Amino acid sequence: MALYTEIVMDHFMNPRNVGAIENADGIGEVGNAKCGDIMKMYLKIDDGIIADVRFETFGCGSAIASSSMATEMVKGRSIEDALTITNKQVVEALGGLPAHKLHCSVLAEEAIKSAVRDYYERNGVPYDKSRFPNCESCASCQMV
Amino acid sequence: MTIYADNAATTKMGQTALNAMLPYLTDGYGNPSSLHSVGQRAAEALVGARERIAACLGASPKEITFTSGGSEADNQAIISAAELGERNGKKHILSTAFEHHAVLHTLEKLKQQGFEVELLPVGSTGTVSAEMVSSSIREDTCLVTVMYANNEIGSVLPVAEIGAVCKEKGVLFHTDAVQAAGHLHIDVKAQNIDMLSLSAHKFHGPKGIGVLYAKQGVSLRNIIEGGAQERGKRAGTENIAAIVGMAAALEEACAHMDENGKKVSAMRDRLIEGLSHIPHSALNGDPLNRLPGNVNFCFEGIEGESLLLLLDAKGICASSGSACTSGSLDPSHVLLGIGRPHEVAHGSLRLSLCEWNTPDEVGVILDVVPKVVEHLRNMSPMWKDLESGKRQFVL
Repeated sequence: MALYTEIVMDHFMNPRNVGAIENADGIGEVGNAKCGDIMKMYLKIDDGIIADVRFETFGCGSAIASSSMATEMVKGRSIEDALTITNKQVVEALGGLPAHKLHCSVLAEEAIKSAVRDYYERNGVPYDKSRFPNCESCASCQMV
Repeated sequence: MTIYADNAATTKMGQTALNAMLPYLTDGYGNPSSLHSVGQRAAEALVGARERIAACLGASPKEITFTSGGSEADNQAIISAAELGERNGKKHILSTAFEHHAVLHTLEKLKQQGFEVELLPVGSTGTVSAEMVSSSIREDTCLVTVMYANNEIGSVLPVAEIGAVCKEKGVLFHTDAVQAAGHLHIDVKAQNIDMLSLSAHKFHGPKGIGVLYAKQGVSLRNIIEGGAQERGKRAGTENIAAIVGMAAALEEACAHMDENGKKVSAMRDRLIEGLSHIPHSALNGDPLNRLPGNVNFCFEGIEGESLLLLLDAKGICASSGSACTSGSLDPSHVLLGIGRPHEVAHGSLRLSLCEWNTPDEVGVILDVVPKVVEHLRNMSPMWKDLESGKRQFVL
């Protein structure tokens, strides 16, 4: 059996929505270089809808595939909808990830949330801090 | 087309080894411990293989013990030396920070049993000098174990000089020669090696078979209990086919060592030269004292596993010391040992060649690797930060 599912390989080989957005409305960056994964997510928001989303990722195959899948999952949806996306849904959409790669899907979930939080802060929108994970430590990934 | 450039992980078995093995996988199925003719045919093959392997190493046949491979040989050598040391009240073991895990994990276990393990730093090129070893040997040192050549970064260590120092100080010297055997000259007597481990599948032999050489007078502690095979030092019915295949492969490798070494190191040097043009990259390991087939680079701003997947999609099989490929959170202890920071160590690539690789394959690798590195850098936020000056380049 191959390490990754066909869906993971497809998103890794042909990643969707790669790159940056000039004048993005929200930018989130999670992970760190020491761990070997950094994910950066750019959002363009129109009327509370994610009109465009782009990502840049430094990391392994599953990190790139998870980012790519996450961008597809949030594109065109409302911010509130995007915030409900969990790492489990990313894993399911990818047809599964190896156990030691699950943290990549957590990074994808957190990258979206981090970009939304940035959008909220820029626009002075009050938000519930408990809905946004603290990515300062790597603990939240290691709990998966 | 597949370009196999991961010969440090394992090699393709050669026709020579296969031909030597086939009779013992068919009609020559006897157990060498059996008295009858079928068993004695196997016993003769065992004797012959032992003699031929001993000759390749400059050893005598009774100094050769067959094991399941390099890891078992490393385990047994170290445990045996530790037991001898303990009997004499000596519990200090000297080694290096970048040994194979078969050595490091065995040492870790001994540490829990009260041994003092000292791992010499290997510096930025990844080596230790005989002087360093000499000045670190103490009254209570029972073993020096230093690898002949490093499996990841290819540094070749001065084993003969280290052997001479150990002999002078009266300390047992073991070397893990898994990457060296069949590729570099070995003469255990001239190099003053007391114990040596090797593994057949690194030189076109079969997997699951290796050798522990132990100089006459060095008493081995058996770690697998059972029958009296291998002079009571390693129980279990001998894997005759594999042993015979290993002997054939080692003989062939040693017979063509110089010519293969020349061919392979020429391809290696071309790869190193070509890949060094990739900006913000660096060769890992000793540039001069280096295994003929080893190329190991770090590329800043990218991660090794994604590099390997993309290379594999282009038909190139390689390996990396990134955490993602090791299944742990930390990148290779070897790359950290030579002082590469974590974020750089994650972006490593090892290409390991053999004499069956071709100059055309080298050309393909030199064409593909820079493109793949660029592709990954283009989607890497870390690379952007490096380019914009937000983060400082290390390489």
